[in-house]
Amino acid sequence: MSEEPNPGVRQLADLARLTPARIALGRSGASLPTREVLRFGMAHAQARDAVHAPFDADDVASRLAELRLEVIRVESAACSREEYLRRPDLGRRLSSGSREALTVRRGDFDLSIVVADGLSSTAIHQNVVPFAAMLLPLLARQGLRLAPVVVGREARVALGDEIGAALGARAVAVLIGERPGLSSPDSLGAYLTFAPRAGLTDAARNCISNIRPGGLAYEHAAFKLSWLIAEAFRRSLTGVGLKDESDLALEADAAGKLAISR
Amino acid sequence: MAYRVAAGGTSHVFADLRELMAKATPLRSGDQLAGLAAGSMQEMMAARIALADLPLRTFMHEALVPYEEDEVTRLILDTHDAAAFAPIATLTVGEFRDWLCSDAATTEVLAGVAPGITPEMAAAVSKLMRNQDLILVARKCRVVTRFRNTLGLPGRLAVRLQPNHPTDDAAGILASTIDGLSYGCGDAVIGINPASDSLGRIGELLRLLDELIARFDMPTQGCILTHITSSIALIGQGAPVDLVFQSVAGTQAANSSFGIDLSILQEGMEAGRSQKRGTVGDNVMYFETGQGAALSAYAHHGVDQQTLEARAYAVCRAYEPLLVNTVVGFIGPEYLYDGKQIIRAGLEDHFCGKLLGVPMGCDICYTNHAEADQDDMDTLLTLLGTAGVNFIMGVPGADDVMLNYQSTSFHDQLYIREVLGLKRAPEFEAWLQRMDITDVSGRLSAKQGGHVLLAAMPGRAA
Repeated sequence: MSEEPNPGVRQLADLARLTPARIALGRSGASLPTREVLRFGMAHAQARDAVHAPFDADDVASRLAELRLEVIRVESAACSREEYLRRPDLGRRLSSGSREALTVRRGDFDLSIVVADGLSSTAIHQNVVPFAAMLLPLLARQGLRLAPVVVGREARVALGDEIGAALGARAVAVLIGERPGLSSPDSLGAYLTFAPRAGLTDAARNCISNIRPGGLAYEHAAFKLSWLIAEAFRRSLTGVGLKDESDLALEADAAGKLAISR
Repeated sequence: MAYRVAAGGTSHVFADLRELMAKATPLRSGDQLAGLAAGSMQEMMAARIALADLPLRTFMHEALVPYEEDEVTRLILDTHDAAAFAPIATLTVGEFRDWLCSDAATTEVLAGVAPGITPEMAAAVSKLMRNQDLILVARKCRVVTRFRNTLGLPGRLAVRLQPNHPTDDAAGILASTIDGLSYGCGDAVIGINPASDSLGRIGELLRLLDELIARFDMPTQGCILTHITSSIALIGQGAPVDLVFQSVAGTQAANSSFGIDLSILQEGMEAGRSQKRGTVGDNVMYFETGQGAALSAYAHHGVDQQTLEARAYAVCRAYEPLLVNTVVGFIGPEYLYDGKQIIRAGLEDHFCGKLLGVPMGCDICYTNHAEADQDDMDTLLTLLGTAGVNFIMGVPGADDVMLNYQSTSFHDQLYIREVLGLKRAPEFEAWLQRMDITDVSGRLSAKQGGHVLLAAMPGRAA
């Protein structure tokens, strides 16, 4: 037993490096210390702003165009952020004007990429362009015919079903801002759906979550999505029937490189 | 049968009991999303006025969800205790509220009538009650359950320690658990939401908790919140399962979307009890619920979400649970839009559960796309503490880094204990004192037991 003041409390503080959870915060009586009240408040402010920050679709579209992508802008049937939050059904349907704009671009496409604000426009502003820059070379290597990239406002994941069907794409990959956590206001999600059509549920999709610098790195996430896309075309399905075994492929790939370097 | 009422100078017609119940419900986004909510404030009040005159007996012969189609309705009606119902059998819904608020409805009397109350009766009367009524009556209800300690005693509040980690890392989970124990949390359960659904990984987490509880001879229980079929399989493999967890809802179709039915719940309870791991009781089930679950599964039968939530408690009641937790604000703003709606729903859920005889706790929580913040959680915590809630969550810093939502923290439970003088489960309170985590008054000691608890971390000596 040490004679130092509060050795137990001090030692508990050492645990904090073992988890991202908010432990060993200290206390002022029963309450949080001011430092932690403010730290929590700022994290909540970032998460709230991620939900409500206006989606800068123009900027996202122009930066995607710099990657030599043709971009089409669409809107869901939800007219405002409040309506989007209250009516998830409207966020899953295209506005009538947007539906017409896509129908005239129908073609013979393998993959439609949809960029959707979802519940975190911050996630799109920060992560979608660098992620796309990692993904595109991998798709090019597969020789896929890409539909014009669709940037959607007030959009839920299932909006991609209608977009993919309207463009005539064999599969759709929706890159969407995920519900922001206090410690992750900028999480990008990628949802892949084979043979997209209205009325599908999440059981028909594969999901890669938490794509952000502090989470799943762009390069790793792009490899996973590219792997899933290749497997989806090989097996003509996505969803519960397609397990993400890209980590095995990555390990095999690494082992192969190692063998070559030897 | 249609219900007509002339009120406020206008005549209102409600096509059936479902519509009457839905339109009498305090406004919430989930009922609006379902197209069931009252179209105006006057229509809502007219529905309440009509509902107040409805005999309670009506619910015995007019099912909101058809008896033939739904095993939850069959459970409710087939197990109804007519003798327990007798003292209130002649009352209308409005008279039932008056009776509940009166001195005649004592703790003992309420416990006696609970098996005679159907969830539809509880939901109906709650729609006529103000927040203060929901608190006052719930406070009189007492539901005591036992496994390795005694939960639900008057003047006591338990905490589920929730040490989730984004990748189920054992050291990370232990770190959060030890931190929480050092704040005196964990008497309701140490309960982990696993990121993985692999049986092997869940078995490892079960053994992690089992060893921790055994090492310190802790009078509490562990739980991995995984699907009930996984828990049954793990029991079959000899894994140390204390509590059997499952999310449940108020219709057969919604439960089916969860991959369960009543027979699986029965099987889970029997599997849990077969292990005889409880020391002071055999309440082995831990259920979670939440308004909006049925609608989100397209399984609401045109019934309002609060009534369906009360029906979920009738499902829970049949399996003598240790813990029932309404995860009130988790589902999102399309069901409960803002702090006001979440607070109201939390009080309704707690009241309905307690009235039915269910050991209600509440995950006082919200997501970042709801119009709510920690101030709203403080308000609901203070109200539910006053109402005598059996347990709340203890999440490190209120921020669940695995499930991405905000709940109540280790500090929040200290706050409510200090303000309301609430104690922990008696067996756990005594253990905390033995461990030098708390002093004889239940306040944290200076060391918070840290040096002793830290011995549980791998690579550390005691």
